Amino acid sequence: MPREFEAPHKYPGKLIIVEGIDGSGKSTQLQLLQKWLGSLNYRVFFTEWNSSALVNELIKRGKKKNLLTPATFSILHATDFADRFAQLIMPPLKAGMIILADRYIYTAFARDAVRGVGRDWIRDLYGFAIKPDLALYFKVPIEVSLKRILTGRPTLKFHEAGMDLGLSEDPKESFRIFQTRILDEYASLTTEYGLTTIDASQSILKQQAAVRELAKNMLKDYKQSAFLSKEENVYVK
Amino acid sequence: MSNEKPLNCGKCYGASLPYVDLNDLKGKLIVLEGTDGVGRSTQMENISKWLEVKGYGVMTTGWARSPLMGSEIKKAKAGHNLNVYTFSMLYLADFADRLEHQIIPALKSGFIVLADRYIYTAFVRALVRGAGREWTRKAFSFALVPDAVFYLRIKIKDLVPRVINAAHLNEHYWEKGGEGLDYWESGMDLKLGEDFYDSFIEYQKRMLAEFDVMAKEYGFTSIDASKSFEEVNAELKIQLEKILAQPGEK
Repeated sequence: MPREFEAPHKYPGKLIIVEGIDGSGKSTQLQLLQKWLGSLNYRVFFTEWNSSALVNELIKRGKKKNLLTPATFSILHATDFADRFAQLIMPPLKAGMIILADRYIYTAFARDAVRGVGRDWIRDLYGFAIKPDLALYFKVPIEVSLKRILTGRPTLKFHEAGMDLGLSEDPKESFRIFQTRILDEYASLTTEYGLTTIDASQSILKQQAAVRELAKNMLKDYKQSAFLSKEENVYVK
Repeated sequence: MSNEKPLNCGKCYGASLPYVDLNDLKGKLIVLEGTDGVGRSTQMENISKWLEVKGYGVMTTGWARSPLMGSEIKKAKAGHNLNVYTFSMLYLADFADRLEHQIIPALKSGFIVLADRYIYTAFVRALVRGAGREWTRKAFSFALVPDAVFYLRIKIKDLVPRVINAAHLNEHYWEKGGEGLDYWESGMDLKLGEDFYDSFIEYQKRMLAEFDVMAKEYGFTSIDASKSFEEVNAELKIQLEKILAQPGEK
């Protein structure tokens, strides 16, 4: 099977995804985009990383008890993705709707490479995933993301700090090393897959203006009709 | 994107897991493959004892029996809402868990690892469910190449009476609270036939055909499993003696 995400998809819907390290503000931006698209009367679907009913509990348990190796960590996240992809992404996409995804395959490409699985292997594993119509990468310096996370809650999570990699005893230091490596991966992914970079150290308002402009541009030829009322919105294989 | 070089090339089907050291695998990995109901497990049990009596350290590992995934797979299959990728990846996670935690450590310690089913089971199940050969093979490409794969080959006409026998049907119906035939072993998710019987026949036919293709591709040692337990057992032991005579730690 070719890697589906290497060429544009052929479905009538649109897929918008956001990427970035923890604390980059991407979820806030996606929520604001969702509000805006809703106000324009688009039917919008939303899905986020690591939230499938199938393996969600297992991943939580595996992380908590530290049962996962880089390979099983990676495979279980791919399973989560495959489940959501089939159930939450493809049906609305085929029905001509807009789907917003908080994190997509690039999260796995970045994180799993840092955890030590092969780059080619992880791309093949996600080979069935389609290419997004708009992929936004929220680029932020480590210190800014660290400050944002620690404003919201007192401590860093074990895995977001990459503590499983044994980089440092100090969670903050581990976070810096781990997330710096992820930033490096994102930098090369941006070139490899043409992700659009947003400067996430700007104000929320400024970023959202840029996001909406990009979305508007991507959607310029897109018309969402009332479901099944227009022939062109019905996907026929 | 940098393409890392496959480490320890030759021991795996593709690139190995980069962080796993595959040096010094002193033991032997022996695989028993074959479709459902062909008698793999009873042979495994017997062979395992036989080898231990000979003085070999033996570790058995079974498909979907990892501590991490075993119960999860059962739960997920009970839900019946798996697609070919989630179906395959649950087994992939199970396999990776057993490979890293059981198979490789045992091989390093010089054990004979007997595997009840291996990646080929995943290949045929994914193929009949429409995943295509390439994706599954790439997903499992970090698997170790076994020292031998014994394929218990059976024709559908010989398989049917084994699976459809009173004890088996009653166990499923009364004790497991399900239909007489296993839902997944009958490929009921594929809607191949009106009922469990029709579906079972069509599903197993397709799997057997693909097993034959793989037997050539991967050089399985085929053993005629329509023969009696004793005959199959004797044949397995002859073949195993050959493998054990090969150089390596004894």
